[in-house]
Amino acid sequence: MSDFFTSSVLVATFASAIRLATPYLLASLGETIGQRSGVLNLGVDGVMLLSAFFSYWTVLQTGNLWLAVVVALAVGIIMGVLYGIITVFFEATQGISGIGIFIFGLGFSDLMFRQQVGTPKPVQRLPSVDIPVLADIPYIGEPLFQRSLLTYLAFALVPLTFLLLNKTTFGLNIRSVGENPQAADSLGVSVERTRFAAILIGNSLAGLAGAALVLQLGIFQPNLTQGMGFIAVALVYFGAWRPLGVMGGALLYGLVNATVLQWKSLGIIPVSISDLAGMAPAIVTIGALILLARRVNAPAALTKPFSRH
Amino acid sequence: MNDQSNNLLEMRGITKYFPGVVANSDVDFDVRYGEVHTLLGENGAGKSTLVKILFGLYQADKGDLLLRGEKMEISSPSDAISSRIGMIHQHFMLVPTLTVAENVALGMPSTRRPLTDLDKVSKRISEISEEHGLTVNPSETVAHLSVGERQRVEIIKALYRDAELLVLDEPTAVLTPKEVDDLFVILRRMADNGRGLIFISHKLREVMSLSDRITVLRNGQVVGATTPDQTSREELAQMMVGRAVRLTPDLPPNEVKESRLSLNNVSVKNDSGTLAVDNVSFEVRAGEILGIAGVSGNGQREIAEAIAGLRTIEPDGLIEINGSNVSDTNTRSRRDQGLGFIPEERVPDGAIPEFTVGENLILVDHETDDFVSRGLFSFDKISEHSSQLVSDFNVKTPSVNTPTSSLSGGNIQKVILARELSASPSVLLACQPTRGVDIGAAEYIHNRLIEQRELGTATLLISEDLDEVLGLSDRVAVMYEGKVIAVVSGEDAEREKVGLLMAGVTETVDA
Ligand SMILES: Nc1ncnc2c1ncn2[C@@H]1O[C@H](COP(=O)(O)OP(=O)(O)OP(=O)(O)O)[C@@H](O)[C@H]1O
Ligand SMILES: [Mg+2]
Repeated sequence: MSDFFTSSVLVATFASAIRLATPYLLASLGETIGQRSGVLNLGVDGVMLLSAFFSYWTVLQTGNLWLAVVVALAVGIIMGVLYGIITVFFEATQGISGIGIFIFGLGFSDLMFRQQVGTPKPVQRLPSVDIPVLADIPYIGEPLFQRSLLTYLAFALVPLTFLLLNKTTFGLNIRSVGENPQAADSLGVSVERTRFAAILIGNSLAGLAGAALVLQLGIFQPNLTQGMGFIAVALVYFGAWRPLGVMGGALLYGLVNATVLQWKSLGIIPVSISDLAGMAPAIVTIGALILLARRVNAPAALTKPFSRH
Repeated sequence: MNDQSNNLLEMRGITKYFPGVVANSDVDFDVRYGEVHTLLGENGAGKSTLVKILFGLYQADKGDLLLRGEKMEISSPSDAISSRIGMIHQHFMLVPTLTVAENVALGMPSTRRPLTDLDKVSKRISEISEEHGLTVNPSETVAHLSVGERQRVEIIKALYRDAELLVLDEPTAVLTPKEVDDLFVILRRMADNGRGLIFISHKLREVMSLSDRITVLRNGQVVGATTPDQTSREELAQMMVGRAVRLTPDLPPNEVKESRLSLNNVSVKNDSGTLAVDNVSFEVRAGEILGIAGVSGNGQREIAEAIAGLRTIEPDGLIEINGSNVSDTNTRSRRDQGLGFIPEERVPDGAIPEFTVGENLILVDHETDDFVSRGLFSFDKISEHSSQLVSDFNVKTPSVNTPTSSLSGGNIQKVILARELSASPSVLLACQPTRGVDIGAAEYIHNRLIEQRELGTATLLISEDLDEVLGLSDRVAVMYEGKVIAVVSGEDAEREKVGLLMAGVTETVDA
């Protein structure tokens, strides 16, 4: 145990926590925006798998990391259009439609991988970009300021999402259609368009989350996410539909994950129970959810399709 | 453009079909600049439908709409808003989690796009507040506002959009008498400034005092038009219903027997944990109606919920139904003790809107042998039973298989009443039984309550309609700030005296 409490190990753990938190944070911020507009998307995991595969494949083919990120974003947008049409225009039940998207993403990414790639081959990873001066600060420089651009983006999106939701007219529309779509409609706010846009943003971020995941690992395998997208949805509840809360959840999750990995590699956790220890993050999250179960209310119209009659 | 006529609005030959109903049939309706034109009619007469067509929420199947002399197509609320039509809906159209300013700004272009310009909006709200006497704090969250304040926000929303034609669909249904008076001063002033107002209400007293003209709808058709000085409340009632209506119930003498419901030192907390009912004791006896009068928010809702078993009471209190202590029991066992409950919120507390009329009618006793044979529902019996109730209670519905949500408010209320009274309760808890209900149905409901009293039911009537409480009650208890501050017998209860008690004034009255 004393091995763990050395400054270099702690710094490394903290750094990997930030890295691990990145895909969760991107996906949950997107889900937060969607849910604030009243749309639950349980398909996040499927979208992440698809975008992860396609961005991996792009790197494999072209070696171009930024093209890979753009491809992931495009996959997110396409899936967003699909989910938007299903839930907003056909007013389908959101829970089950999301599961459908998940199953599709799981199956299709698996199929594509087996057909086009076969055996996992490592690819280049996202480079870390040092922020001048800050990167050299002892202890916190490495974990916070020697990260990839997607990590910086994810954390920059926390205040940006806050601003979007709370300070813009679009955010006002999102919040109102998520709480009382009839009221928004009666003032000429298009519930359909607002929700569609929120879904697009949410899925784009899920797409980026997939890219962040695969490009940080540098390798793809079937079901790479192992349910990360579902955790991202849970983190929205954990964070009480607020960007800062969601960030807290993602960081906690990343930290517990990183600690478990570190303990495994240091042998603090015996190999015999290491699979069991892999469940620790989920258990910690559930525990925290129970402890934090404040009386915060979900958006009142969450999961409710809207129509005028 | 207004030289050919001084009509702000003209609707001609409006017809609207819903599955199984003609909601509007060839309706002509117009509004002049500077007048309040009232639409009157029973529940389901088609008033809301007509104004929803005007506001672009429904599309008419036939008919023309002329605004300021020009033919218009209004296909969505945004069309209506840009034509300077404002609407106060029958149910509040506010987002409770947003502030007043955010609610007002919603859907409006901002001068600081893409950011909101809430500071500017707040300033404009304050100007409007001042100009029209609509006091409200722009930065307050709507969830924290009283009902009267919410109504003001709705009006400010319309004024902020510079509405020239303002539709008010039952704006007073949830207001206290004082709030109604204040509102009318504001509305009158708006009309005097040249705006046109469409007013919808079931309360004839209000209609007579506010309207310039009155148009009466029955079954979707215009059956008459008049002005307050040419008519009377009785005549209006007759036009609406098609027969003479008794506006104030008379209470025949009745023998009062044993105590059926008793409360002893009952205290109840509200949702935010403060004491809403403070050490209240009273009893209701067989064959009497005890009315609770009070301005809304003085603990009536909480005490009703406590009696129904929807809210726990503080430890030292005691609630007894027919002599057995039910303080800690659930709603089911209270019903088994003979309690019937007509909740304040018809939907979702009293009826499940997605269920059919028939299903809502058996909601309480669907497990009894009457409706179940060999573990399965017997649909023949259910439909026979519910058809009987629908005809007994005069519920206007295409069939018992119609979803309850498509019924008008008054008819949903009759469904609930039918269900609760058909179980012949020994104690009846009736909360706001005629809120939003037309006079024909209200008379009917009143008669049913009186009939129930003659059958020996002990009735606790909680209502904000003072006329109703005074007309129906053997005894009137006045609640103020969670306490019963006076109990007066029905004969001694004068409007003025009880009105003062409701405002907490006890000095002038002998306790
Ligand atoms: N969306 C709808 N779908 C089907 N039927 C409807 C719908 N809206 C109204 N109706 C029916 O149209 C008729 C007119 O209803 P409307 O709401 O206009 O009555 P109203 O005069 O406003 O009654 P109330 O006084 O109870 O508010 C009723 O029979 C009602 O059941
Ligand atoms: Mg109506």
